[in-house]
Amino acid sequence: MSDKYKTVAYYPGCALEGTGHGYNRSTKAVARKLGLNLVEVPNWNCCGAMEVKNIDPEIQNYLSARNLSIVAEKMSIDTVMAPCNGCYHNLKKVEHDIAEKPKTQEVVDRLSQKAGHASYQAGEVETIHALDWLKEAIGEDGIRERVKNSLKGLKIANYYGCMYTRPRNIFPEKDQGGDSESTYQPHYMDDLLRAAGAEIVDYPLKTACCGGAHTLADSDTSTKLVLNLLQTAEACGADVIATECPTCHSGLEMHQVRAETEFGIKTSPKMLYFTQLLGLALGLSRRKLGIHENVSDAKELLKQKGLA
Amino acid sequence: MPIHEKSLIRPEDLTEHEKLEIDGVDVSGHWSTFIETRVVSDYNERMEEEIAALPGGEYIHRCFQCSSCTNVCTVNSLNPDFNPRYWIYLARMGFEKELLRDKELLWQCVSCHKCTHACPRDVVPEGVMKAMATWAELKGHTGVSPSAAFDAEFTEQIVATGKIEEGRIIRGFFKRTGQPLRQPWLLEMSLRLARHLPILMGLKMMLATLFRPRTRDWGKSEAAITEYLAERETANRRALNLDETAGR
Ligand code: SF4
Ligand code: SF4
Repeated sequence: MSDKYKTVAYYPGCALEGTGHGYNRSTKAVARKLGLNLVEVPNWNCCGAMEVKNIDPEIQNYLSARNLSIVAEKMSIDTVMAPCNGCYHNLKKVEHDIAEKPKTQEVVDRLSQKAGHASYQAGEVETIHALDWLKEAIGEDGIRERVKNSLKGLKIANYYGCMYTRPRNIFPEKDQGGDSESTYQPHYMDDLLRAAGAEIVDYPLKTACCGGAHTLADSDTSTKLVLNLLQTAEACGADVIATECPTCHSGLEMHQVRAETEFGIKTSPKMLYFTQLLGLALGLSRRKLGIHENVSDAKELLKQKGLA
Repeated sequence: MPIHEKSLIRPEDLTEHEKLEIDGVDVSGHWSTFIETRVVSDYNERMEEEIAALPGGEYIHRCFQCSSCTNVCTVNSLNPDFNPRYWIYLARMGFEKELLRDKELLWQCVSCHKCTHACPRDVVPEGVMKAMATWAELKGHTGVSPSAAFDAEFTEQIVATGKIEEGRIIRGFFKRTGQPLRQPWLLEMSLRLARHLPILMGLKMMLATLFRPRTRDWGKSEAAITEYLAERETANRRALNLDETAGR
């Protein structure tokens, strides 16, 4: 535990106001429980997800630069935390591009000026993921001390997805040896949930792709990719796939249903956000953690394991 | 990891005679296999430049054909014909016709960034895939792909309001691509969600789809983005020698 990240700017992003609402709720509930302050970025805009860059990458950069400039200018907080992999990735991306590509700074300056707000400069704000936040501010020991309701007996496969680790050049703090996060074998979620008592299964597809970018545009591809994730988790003996991204999470849920309705293939793993799992361990109720807002219905399983 | 090879000899370019004798020598079957001579004369010498000018394509020139991208590619593992390394080769050589054989596959990249992560030359192959798909569309070789339709719907909503609302995206996308919104699996999903959702919560969600979320004072950002995008579109069309006024 340290004072670092005790107060961070909070950038929930669009998905956490929609399908990922359970992630939003549980993140806030866990923060409250742990005495951490989340100050929402005022009047934020969408980060452009995985789509705007295909129309123009510099516009995507501008979208994230605007959010970062609000944190720097209006909030006087030096860290912004994004729970969504897509938001996190895009904030990291503009940080990298502004430092490395003069063109990005030029476009961001020009658009910010026209839009009438401060232009973001490299290094003003540090972007972190919800995993970095809890790992640093509370850590495994901090979790262990506070566990009220151990996740003992719950077998979890941790799924990190694509945008949290790739491409590596936008995450200079990863792969630095020691306890730093790894882009090939990420472990922050494993560390935190293990500290909460869960049994972490050895899951080889931690950073495989769920096809989230084409979840509707090419649903058959997404269903195939998701089925691979689900069936492998099942084969690894996992009851639950823990997620850390609303796009991955709803992709897994949607295509689990789609595989059933369109292809008659049933799979058993339940999807829960890692913050929901941590919250359960900290003694928070299912309601408070928005577990009822997930499509994947984990109620029976959690009851069985004495967690609800 | 296996090296993914790509045979440049197509079955239709091979001839073989079941029974053949030449000068008294029996050359039946494999002994008479003959590969048609292939003469390529219609290179598009500007092809690499054209793709490099489009969003995502700028580093295509760095590729040294190691195939790390194809080796790790998510879509390649489902369909071996999806081959970023090979397509980059074709584009750099100017084999336009050859690339167009795969034109309907180009848009299928799922942006997993495995290729960009693995590429030792910082080509950003993921971006190149997007640039190639845009190239094929702008040149009129393909229609608007489902992926491009989704990107357009998404981007338009952000430009207009600063935010997106998922329900509106889904409706807009199905409308654009002429598909019915009543997909059985989407219905089944909503039903399952509704089953354990308190009624009030469900109502709140429905209301959220009616009132568009917006970023306040977004107007000036909207104007700045719109102006920039119009400039870029003109530049993109110019790079491809297309009529600059005719929009997409
Ligand atoms: S990994 Fe990079 S350098 Fe290697 S073939 Fe792919 S694009 Fe070219
Ligand atoms: S980003 Fe696209 S091209 Fe690259 S590995 Fe993923 S699916 Fe393949």
